[in-house]
Order: sequence, then C-alpha cells, then structure tokens
Amino acid sequence: MFDFYFEIPLVIRLILQGLAVIMVIFPIAGACSMAERKVAAWIQDRPGPNRATVPWVAWIPFLGKFLQRLGVFHVMADGGKMMFKEDSLPGHVNKFYFVLAPIVAMIPALTTVVAVPFGAYFDAAGKLIPLGLAPLDIGMLAVFAVSSLGVYSAILAGWASNSKYPFLGSVRASAQLISYELSMTLAVLPVFLWVNAPGTEGTMGFARVVEFQSQPGLLGGMWFGFLMPISAFIFLVALFAETNRQPFDTVESESDLVGSFHTEYGAFKWGLFFVAEYSHMIVGSGVFMLLFGGGWNPLPWVSLATAVEFLGTFLSFAHAPLFVGILSIAIFMGKVLAMIFFFMWVRWTLPRFRYDQVMKIGWQKLLPLSIANLLFYAIAIALIQK
Amino acid sequence: MAVITVERKPLTFLERTYLPQIAGGLKTTFKHLIAPKKTLEYPEQRPAIPVGYRGVPTLVKDPNGREKCVSCQLCEFVCPPKAIRITPGEIPADQADRAHVEKGPQAFDIDMLRCIYCGLCQEVCPEEAIFLQNQFSMSGYTRAEMVNHKDRLYELGGTLPDAHHKWDKKKAAEEHGNAH
Repeated sequence: MFDFYFEIPLVIRLILQGLAVIMVIFPIAGACSMAERKVAAWIQDRPGPNRATVPWVAWIPFLGKFLQRLGVFHVMADGGKMMFKEDSLPGHVNKFYFVLAPIVAMIPALTTVVAVPFGAYFDAAGKLIPLGLAPLDIGMLAVFAVSSLGVYSAILAGWASNSKYPFLGSVRASAQLISYELSMTLAVLPVFLWVNAPGTEGTMGFARVVEFQSQPGLLGGMWFGFLMPISAFIFLVALFAETNRQPFDTVESESDLVGSFHTEYGAFKWGLFFVAEYSHMIVGSGVFMLLFGGGWNPLPWVSLATAVEFLGTFLSFAHAPLFVGILSIAIFMGKVLAMIFFFMWVRWTLPRFRYDQVMKIGWQKLLPLSIANLLFYAIAIALIQK
Repeated sequence: MAVITVERKPLTFLERTYLPQIAGGLKTTFKHLIAPKKTLEYPEQRPAIPVGYRGVPTLVKDPNGREKCVSCQLCEFVCPPKAIRITPGEIPADQADRAHVEKGPQAFDIDMLRCIYCGLCQEVCPEEAIFLQNQFSMSGYTRAEMVNHKDRLYELGGTLPDAHHKWDKKKAAEEHGNAH
C-alpha cells in the first residue's frame, strides 16, 4: 500500500525522511522546555504554568481543561514570544560570528540524529531492519565526531559576544566538554569490544548493539546497563556534563556568569541555543538507551520479537511491518522521554558543582575509573570470547 | 563557656562518591513531585484575611445609611504620608434624615499612591467612620485612578454595624429633652 512512496526518487525520499525526523525533534525540544518548567514546578510543590489556552480547545469539555492545566499552550506562547521579540544585535559584538554561533549550535545537534536508529521492523524473512535516517556502520563514531562540534558554538558565541562573562563561560564550556569527552568515549568501548566478537563483521553501528541485547538466554537478554554498570554510569555522568545539565551546569551558571555564552543573545537566537541543548539531550538519551538500555526492546529479557509474538496471539495485525515499526519507535521514544525526565529530576535535585570540582571529577575520578573499567572488560571479554 | 571540640569525621568512601546523597536527594524531590501542591491559585482562590488586617482605607456609613464622617480632619492631620485630603462641608438643610448630623465632608480623597496602610486614620477617628478593611489589591493605569474619591471610598466601605447610634441619640435628646 506504500509502493508509491518507494517510487519517489531516493534524494527526495531522504529529504522527506530527514524533515520528518526534524519535525519530530524540534517540537519535542520545545515541549521539553515546557516539561522542564512543569517538572520544576511540581518538585517545588507548585502547579506550574497552567493559564494559556486556545478558545476552540477550551470548548472541549474535559480534555480542554486538562490540556490547559498541563500547560500545553504555553509551548506555543513561549515559541510565539520568541519569534516576535525584537532580534537585537548588540553594537559591540563581532556580527558574523555572533549570528553564526546559534546556527553552529543547531547543526550538530540535529545532524547526530542521522546516525541514531530509533526503531526497527522485521522484513518478510524475519530479519530485523533498523529504522533510521542513515544506517551507518560507524554510528557511534559519527555521533561522537559530530556532537563534539557543538562546543564550537559555545566558543564562538562567547568570543563573538566580546564581553567578559560570555568569554569566561565559553572557556569553561570548552574545557569541560573536552574533559568529559574522554571518559565518555572510553566508557562505550567495552560495549563495542563485546559486540565485535572475533569472527563477526566489525561495526560501530547501534543496530548490532541492540541486536546483542535482544538475544535469548539470561546473558543474551541482559541489557548492557546491567552487564556493564560502571560503563553506563560513566557514560551517564559524562552525558550530563556534555549536555551542560545540572549538576555540571557550570557553563551556564547564571549566579556567577550572568548567563554565560548566551548573555548577549535574545529572542530567537537565544531560543536556538536551548533547542540545540534539548536536541543534544534527546540524541544523548537515545544513544544511552541504545547502548545500555536495550534500545527498542520493551523490557530486559523481553525482546521486540518476543513482544510482537505475544501481541500476535490476540492482534491480527501485530506482525505487519508498519505496526512493528510504530511499536518499536513508541517504545524507544518512551525510554528517551523517561531519560529526559531523569535529566530534569536531577536538575531540580542537585546543586551545581564548583568548577574545580567539575575538573577534579572529570580528570581525577572519571577518567581513571573509565580506564580501569576498559581494562577490566577488555581482559574479561578476551577471556570469554577467546 | 567551655569550648567543645567536635570531631570532624573524614568522609567515608561512599560519601566521597556523592552517590548515596544523590539518591537520597532524588528520593526527596520525587516525594515532592507527587505530593499535593501547596500554592494558592490567586485570582480564583483568595487567601483568608486575618482579623485586624489593614487593607485599603475606606469610609463607612451608619446603619441608617448616613455618612459617619463629620470632616473633623483628624485623619488628615495624623496621616504620616499626607495621603488624605478633606474639604469640609455643611449638611444641606433640605436633607431631613441628616438634620442632626453635625457636619459632613464635601470631598474626601485618599491618594493610594501615598497611603502606607498604617491605620492611624482608623485609630484617630472619633466617629469610627474610617476603617482599613480587607481589600488588599489596589491597581490602576493612571495616577488619577489611584486616588480614591468620596463616592469610591463609601462604595468600598459599605455599612458596618454601629453600637453608638450617636445621631439618633442626639435627635431623641433634642426632641424629648435631656434625660439628665
């Protein structure tokens, strides 16, 4: 029934797919800023934003009131405000790089999505086909390579702002991001050592990692989060630092740096930095879930295939590729959103580390730990896989 | 005072990892996340005003619907920020029900941009005519709007129960002779 789609030239098809993914990520990033306000409010015993509404939705008897209380329309109000505010350009900035910085922030944030598969379906032969924009074999490398470009936006913004606090903030950002990138990279190596068993085709792609977590048996069905808890922990901590989230919020620490690299920004350019931050969080959470959280498998020891088989006993269409695809995307998105909730929950729990503590944790604690972790798993995997 | 030296224990390994404390903190915040909210949703829900609250100053009428203020101007003189401005006036002869009232204000303005809600006017008033009542939100778009004139002050004040019935007693004394 979807044959017409495959008759469209490949380039146009890819553009459509890319736009579709961006159309999902962008609103989610916007909704995350709303969720952030809501979670903050709930944790602080407040109801949070709950006033904005649209007349024709308010007329729906029960749902309209519920959506209003949930603050859904504040997303549009916030976005609309951001669009129509005066986009001021301070006189003392380097105009070219000042405008470039938010664009540089957005590009890597949205580009990393390309390498991340977000679902899967089974073809006629029962083979698992991952759903993603580009099923790259270098998946993890691509994500690392592109996402670390994000630091350039902070540096550019801080430098082009031509003022003290943004500059300090950008210096902090670059130092912090470089420090934690090391531990992050070392933390995921055991996963790929394990996945690239001798005799198999080498890959850095995510699909294989998820496949490894969906095998039968006690060890096979175990998510890598249980198999390699230290790796998962280091990756998670580094992810918090890489996305500049609390408690590693030193880059933006408004109490000592006003607003850091976005001090001089306003309106839509300022908003772009935050959409980029949330996109980073979404992609980072996605990568974490693929590597350590079982990807699109609903539960540990319950793989997607098992789940589909179970649903097939009472749903006639359960084996249809379309249904499996949507189911897997829903499971994966659910996990990613749970991660994002965790990010927010941590943000409203922990105070910010001091900058020297950030550096100390990064270089003196996490890096040795990740090296020891890598050595341990390298030896263990060598012994197991021989 | 004897000095008590408190031994400062070195942090244990677990404490230095921050992790048990972080877990404890997450537990606490999660409890608050699902706990009932503690805020008041203001325009719909109003706070309970305690007895003796000093809100916007208002003028009140007696149970017969007559102005109580006799424009003695004590409040005007006592008012620390000089927010009150009174123009004294006579009671018109054609108002029979007010015949025994001594005087009344021709104009009575309280500038709410100056008022400090101290309540001295209420305290000083010999006629119990001015009260700081429960209204706490006072807003306007212009300076002129923020000046409460006499009609507005009576509208805000309404009628309060009165134990003295001063003018009724005066009228009765005039009509039936003084009992003393």
